[in-house]
Amino acid sequence: MKKGYPRFFLLPGLILLIAIIIFPLLFTIRVTFSSWNVSQSGLNFIGGENWSEMARDVRYWGSLLRLFYLSFLTVAIQYVLGFAIALFAWKGIAARRFFRVLWLIPMMTTPSLMAIIWRSIFTEDIGALNGLLNRVGLDPVNWLTESGPANFAITIAEVWQWTPFMFLILLAGLLSLPKEPFMAAAIDGASAWKTFARVTFPMMAPISIGAIMIRLIDASKIFDSVFTLTRGGPGNATETPAAYIFQRSLQDFQIAYGSTLALTYLILAILTLTIIGKVFARLSKPKGI
Amino acid sequence: MYKVLKATFITIWSLFVLFPIMWAITTSFKPEAAVVNGATFIPWLEFQPVLTGWKAILPGPDSLTNLLTPTLNSFIVTAGATAISVAFGSLAAYGLSRFTYGWKKYSNADIIFFFVSQRIMPPVVLAIPFFLVLKQLRLLDTHLGLILVLTSGLMPIVVWLMVDFFNALPREIDEMAMLEGCNPIQAFFRTILPLSKPGLTVAGMFCVIFGWNDIFFALTLTATKVLTLPVAVIALNGTVTPYWILAASTVFSIIPLVGLAFVIERFLSRGSLGGAVR
Repeated sequence: MKKGYPRFFLLPGLILLIAIIIFPLLFTIRVTFSSWNVSQSGLNFIGGENWSEMARDVRYWGSLLRLFYLSFLTVAIQYVLGFAIALFAWKGIAARRFFRVLWLIPMMTTPSLMAIIWRSIFTEDIGALNGLLNRVGLDPVNWLTESGPANFAITIAEVWQWTPFMFLILLAGLLSLPKEPFMAAAIDGASAWKTFARVTFPMMAPISIGAIMIRLIDASKIFDSVFTLTRGGPGNATETPAAYIFQRSLQDFQIAYGSTLALTYLILAILTLTIIGKVFARLSKPKGI
Repeated sequence: MYKVLKATFITIWSLFVLFPIMWAITTSFKPEAAVVNGATFIPWLEFQPVLTGWKAILPGPDSLTNLLTPTLNSFIVTAGATAISVAFGSLAAYGLSRFTYGWKKYSNADIIFFFVSQRIMPPVVLAIPFFLVLKQLRLLDTHLGLILVLTSGLMPIVVWLMVDFFNALPREIDEMAMLEGCNPIQAFFRTILPLSKPGLTVAGMFCVIFGWNDIFFALTLTATKVLTLPVAVIALNGTVTPYWILAASTVFSIIPLVGLAFVIERFLSRGSLGGAVR
């Protein structure tokens, strides 16, 4: 086959993507060695000062640790709940088409705007949740100004918004499974639980991994809910790297330092997600069917 | 026992899904007093429904802002970015599914990873350099500028979905076409593309959802001319948060996409979504 054809397919997309991304990336790398900020704009050279400042920036490393736990926690909850409702919507309940539409709806809503609605629910003086607690005679909770409840509020908003994504991918996967293994299990008289553990779950492994990876990628960028609900507060108790970098580079206008943080954040995200991807690939291989 | 647990779980989950939406809808019909003086829930009993919030966002004498122009902007930007991402992304995905590319020790898997890794890029990393680039190219605050920037986040999704989709289509189909005298490009457009409608639709729907819902790039790279819907809504925020207006705008801006939930469900029930995620 002539060599030109494979290139015709791959190159337009690859070149377009590289063209969009290459300058911003190179610029980010270069600017980290300058002192670009409010009073000094331009690409001067100050060596590794930003990098050594970052190494000492406890607030930054704290935000990375928080992101680590927040993204794994929310994605794990989304996966378990998403799988459960996908199994229910797969077969065996009445009106499952109705429930499928209903359970997809949160994914269709705009996260940044839903975050405002969540704030109106969690806000402490006039919010829906404290209003409900009040009616049943319970004390109000400081949902947004106390560390524990604030993290809980963000987790709830993230789970509400993104469980439908897991649900959709997993349900589509379930619907595409071949029927024969289930018939074989039924003939062997396997219980519902055994069928799930030995047939359904292993067959769903590749799709599960794909869905979890895509969600982890997006969860590594958690911003909307944090920024709208708590602005990273109380103190820095809910601050994620995206929120911290947003403040340093786009509000305080410390472009050079913000870019240093951003670049490190990007490298760490790619490294972590690559390792997770490799681990998943190894875990899923030997079992198979 | 199992049945009771299942019914309880389904009920609780459905109520959880519905609660914020019902709260947004009721809040959008509340007068200011029913919001700022503490939570109210039941219309007519606890508050008299009024149209204050809705009148503020729709054209008319009480209008605070006009959300129709931003809606149009969002449509243009979303459609543009989706079209480019699906066209270029599915071509690349087909290539990666059918041919082997090699450059030094990098293989197809590495190229696919390169595409997907573009989605790891947090918007906050790129906001400032994108701003400077678009300013140089005089694309700041234009539809095209925002479309290009969004494409970098959407094309990875298309490649991710479509490589698997094309892998699931039997190779015999294109081989037959080539035996009949088509070159690979003709084979793709005449035989593969018509079979790929479900996959392309799903990829397109994901692009529409993520493109429509973007706020970060729209916020940093557009100012007045290409105000998108979420940005216009966020701009309504004042010193006293006017939750009744914000709730009305939120409900307004999610209506177009909720229609998509029905489309996706129809695809699911016809079984044509299955191939798209395998």
